Amino acid sequence: MVALAQARQDALETRLAALALPEGGGWLGAARREALARLTAAGLPGRRDEYWKYTDPAALNAAEAAPAKVFVADDEAPGFGAIDRLRLVFVDGVFDAERSDDPALAGVEIEQLARAGQADIHWARDLYGALEARGQKPVARPLATLNTAFAGQGVLIRATGRAAKPVHLVYERGSEAADALLHHCIRVEEGAELTLLETGAGAARLQTVMEVEVADGAAFHHIRSQGRDHERRMVTHIFARLGRESRFKSFTLSVNGRLARNEAVLELLGDDAVAHLAGAAAGDGDAFHHDDTVFVTHAAERCESRQVFKKVLKNGAVGVFQGKILVTQDAQKTDGYQISQSLLLDGDSQFLAKPELEIYADDVKCSHGSTSGAIDETALFYLRARGVPLADAQALLVLAFLAEAIDEIEDEAIADEVRGKLEGWLARRKG
Amino acid sequence: MLQINNLHVKLEEEDKVILKGVDLTVEAGKVHAIMGPNGSGKSTLSYVLAGRDGYEVTEGSAALDGEDLLEMEPEQRAAAGLFLAFQYPVEIPGVGNMTFLRTALNSQRKARGEGELSAGEFLKLVRARAKDLAIDAEMLKRPVNMGFSGGEKKRNEILQMAVLEPRMCILDETDSGLDVDAMKLVADGVNALRDAGRGFLVITHYQRLLDHIVPDVVHIMADGRIVKTGGPELALEVEKNGYTDILAEVA
Repeated sequence: MVALAQARQDALETRLAALALPEGGGWLGAARREALARLTAAGLPGRRDEYWKYTDPAALNAAEAAPAKVFVADDEAPGFGAIDRLRLVFVDGVFDAERSDDPALAGVEIEQLARAGQADIHWARDLYGALEARGQKPVARPLATLNTAFAGQGVLIRATGRAAKPVHLVYERGSEAADALLHHCIRVEEGAELTLLETGAGAARLQTVMEVEVADGAAFHHIRSQGRDHERRMVTHIFARLGRESRFKSFTLSVNGRLARNEAVLELLGDDAVAHLAGAAAGDGDAFHHDDTVFVTHAAERCESRQVFKKVLKNGAVGVFQGKILVTQDAQKTDGYQISQSLLLDGDSQFLAKPELEIYADDVKCSHGSTSGAIDETALFYLRARGVPLADAQALLVLAFLAEAIDEIEDEAIADEVRGKLEGWLARRKG
Repeated sequence: MLQINNLHVKLEEEDKVILKGVDLTVEAGKVHAIMGPNGSGKSTLSYVLAGRDGYEVTEGSAALDGEDLLEMEPEQRAAAGLFLAFQYPVEIPGVGNMTFLRTALNSQRKARGEGELSAGEFLKLVRARAKDLAIDAEMLKRPVNMGFSGGEKKRNEILQMAVLEPRMCILDETDSGLDVDAMKLVADGVNALRDAGRGFLVITHYQRLLDHIVPDVVHIMADGRIVKTGGPELALEVEKNGYTDILAEVA
């Protein structure tokens, strides 16, 4: 036990030695120092932690990012190209103002985290690190705390009405070894509505935290596509707090990459709130490891939450789903739903699922399910008997399997973009 | 057009012989019917011709317009003009009926070196064909066969046939699960496709479908062989006396 504690301490010290608290004091500096203290107490995640049983955090804990080849996606149109949106470009985790659109155009307040320390942005001050800190219980998420302490880049977005257009965070890669920490804070005020898009791998190792406050009657839509780089690693955290009659919807498309751990921690605090989380992932090869870890807390009445996660795995790819719905004693009439499914295209791939329900209220409707299966041979033959070649038939069935998650996207035009993207990727993969 | 010689087939998994020397020739422009008791090998014959896994051909041959069918992948057989209307059409969640049909048609056209149909041309074609089969826009929009009634599934099979315009159509117990009205719709759909360049093999357990799709030739199949061949009157004989008499006669 002592040896283990010592090993953890050493790992933390090695990691911290490679990092420096960003410049800029004020309220942000204080929040960062506070996070550093919390991180020092918690330590980095280890393989023995229950929440890291299926995913090895070593590459995320390492002092330096392992180099990852930059994937040049010159064979396709830029993500969400057909959507009228406001682009904010980050290269290797650093904001590139010249290549970004004028932030004023979206009709929302946008500020760069790098400049936020000097300004007294009171709403961000209440949010930065606050939701992340709340999200440490009952399960510690030290990598998010590390992000709060050391992230020097990110955006602060506040919507006070219906945003004129979606805000699109474009994560580009420049070098093979970049290690990026991005921290975003988003506040959607009462009755306001905002759509946030994210695309790209961002860095050899990308670590993002997004704290989202969705006020009463507000709506937040989040759609991201995590890029095609084969060697990149990433860990993302979303912490969201939902007010009365608010709506929160998040969808993630993920293909390729060595490691992706996407965590979402949602708290439904106001009555009649709705939260949907969905993910579609496709992985090929034994280097692929994709992990969705979700924690939804129902703490108010008549709220609805929905989790739909689908993964297609082949050639030794590994998929993980850890999803929890916690219903507190007062959260009567909760409607909770969770489904995680994998399509294993061969015998070498693996899907590890840990669905959990913890319910303290007595008048709730909660269901969860998890399945793993091979491609439906009967459907495959039916398609082939109609003239569809084997590879096309497989791609069609894979797409159909993932479609259920994509269907969770509310905006039809955006859903079509995601579908088109995935279709293109599957078509290229066949060859 | 379709030429089957001395076809022997066994199940791959177990040592069970199903077809024990089937000889059958279907000429262009003709409708042949195969009748026979349960377990005689009728459906196996249709699956083997379409290229389903799980069967092993131990002897004999099957050719379409002189080309060896048994050497081809299922999709190549389809592109060559073979069509099987399934006894149990398959439900495919997540794949829209229109997407399915369009992918199938364009895959076949591509394989034959023909140009693909544009979205507009395709839509026009499907709408015209669907109307004849009383298939509404809602059915076309839904995922393939999902939530379809038995009759709707069979009509959907005939719609696929009408859109794909195969040279050789095999209908495997298309009448099963149909009420009289649905059977009439399906039969009308098939009759509309009858022409001098197209052959049909209609597999059925009962004579009643053959009242609507009148065959040129009727074969009786039993224990993996065709045991008797005749005209439409043979179907009536089955209806009247059952299979027992015929089987006793040929035994």
